[in-house]
Amino acid sequence: MSELLLKIADCVEFGKINKASPYPPQMKGQDGADELTRQALDEGVNPQEILTGGLMVGMQKIGVKFRENKVFVPQVLMSAKAMSTAMLHLKPFFLSGEVKQKGTFIIGTVEGDLHDIGKNLVSMMVEGNGWKVVDLGTDVKADQFVAALKENQNAFIGLSALLTTTMVNMEKITKSIKDAVPGAIVAIGGAPVTDDFRKKVGADAYAPDPQGLVEYLNSQLD
Amino acid sequence: MGKIIDQIKAGKTLVSDGAWGTFLQQKGLKPGECPEEWNLTHAKEVFDIAKSYIDSGADMIETNSFGGTIFKVEKYGLADKVFELNKAAAEISRKAAGDKFVLGSVGPTGKILMMGDVSEEQLYEAFKVQVQGLEAGGVDAIMIETMTDLDEARLAIKAAKENTSCEVFCTMTFEKTVNGEYRSMMGISPTDMVNTIIEAGAELIGANCGNGIADMIGIVEEIRKANSEIPVLVHANAGMPIYDDGKTVFPETPDEMAVLIPKIIDAGANIIGGCCGTTPGHICRVREEVDKK
Repeated sequence: MSELLLKIADCVEFGKINKASPYPPQMKGQDGADELTRQALDEGVNPQEILTGGLMVGMQKIGVKFRENKVFVPQVLMSAKAMSTAMLHLKPFFLSGEVKQKGTFIIGTVEGDLHDIGKNLVSMMVEGNGWKVVDLGTDVKADQFVAALKENQNAFIGLSALLTTTMVNMEKITKSIKDAVPGAIVAIGGAPVTDDFRKKVGADAYAPDPQGLVEYLNSQLD
Repeated sequence: MGKIIDQIKAGKTLVSDGAWGTFLQQKGLKPGECPEEWNLTHAKEVFDIAKSYIDSGADMIETNSFGGTIFKVEKYGLADKVFELNKAAAEISRKAAGDKFVLGSVGPTGKILMMGDVSEEQLYEAFKVQVQGLEAGGVDAIMIETMTDLDEARLAIKAAKENTSCEVFCTMTFEKTVNGEYRSMMGISPTDMVNTIIEAGAELIGANCGNGIADMIGIVEEIRKANSEIPVLVHANAGMPIYDDGKTVFPETPDEMAVLIPKIIDAGANIIGGCCGTTPGHICRVREEVDKK
């Protein structure tokens, strides 16, 4: 059983979606995250165990490699695709409550900014680490974040921006969120964002890479 | 006037222009507004930017068309205006340029091929309409820039080569990794870039945006190791942006940029200009340094 979970973790780490997928070349013809997750469920493996002992292990590894610049965006996207394909098999267990997610993370690219590659990467990494993700898309205004937070009590919020001209909106949005929901926790990220900037805009956390955010979120659970 | 490439082959170092996006914002472009729409609604402001770089001594200027594919402008409800917006961009810069060159700016679409966001055909078609608009408005060259993915760069080059008679240039954006290597967001090194995009038909290659002119020297050196002949262009940012009192500012001054111009020419760059945060002041100083060499 644990061997099967290791295989699932490998599929996620190396971006092996399913048997038909030609990527990565060294795993050609082998079962992917899709088949192996189905197999695990059919063999009676606890879905929670598949998530934490398989999928999350693989996402964790790719997240660390990405931070260390050992892999780049394409590899992470393939991993995320493998993970999300496997997650489809687990969806019913999330809905029934049999598999518990760690908490909820609300994410969006801030008002005025239409870029979504970075936001999507973070979204997939956080989901792959066992969180429920509410993705509000791009060009998201303060009141949309606030509404989502009211619907998902105690959720964490993540703001993304690619542009130097839109990152300035993070200050206004962070303030609006904190005014509307005192105690709300706001994390920020994106190419031009720094920790110094975070301090100036009054946000709670900054991570230079998705794995850093995952680690921050996990640290808030204890 | 001849071709840009011919001037480089004759041994000249040329000066390009500075930032457009950050300059448009200074002129009042708001976040959430479509920059390319300004070619129709604020032609005077766009012209002033173009003209300011010509007045600073640039040998060539770009066009306000960086986000001018359907994939970008459709988000502003302008999907049916792609050709028109690009043609207007080119006409404005053409008018400002006089006898100088105009490079039609083509940026990435924001779509990722390998994720199945779009097909190769859709990307090709998007670039085709854009470059045809730019040529109709009078550009001399197509400047494909800020690319991070080789396949997207290759398709843009192909679309420009097959559908215009312009010179076709392509630059990518690299950052320094924790290991000190230069890589694009998609993991492409300058060395990886060289052969692929020359094979695709780029007549000039190089790098733009990034973290400032200092890193550009290393990038140009790496390109030159892989190919000593191909003309090379750099459009460097004025450093990494810093946040100050509700605004982001780019820290590198014209003098700081100017100091490194002789070095980047020695490294092998043939055309030097600016990207985000650079101003006519920066281009004036680049001109002076290039003339001194």
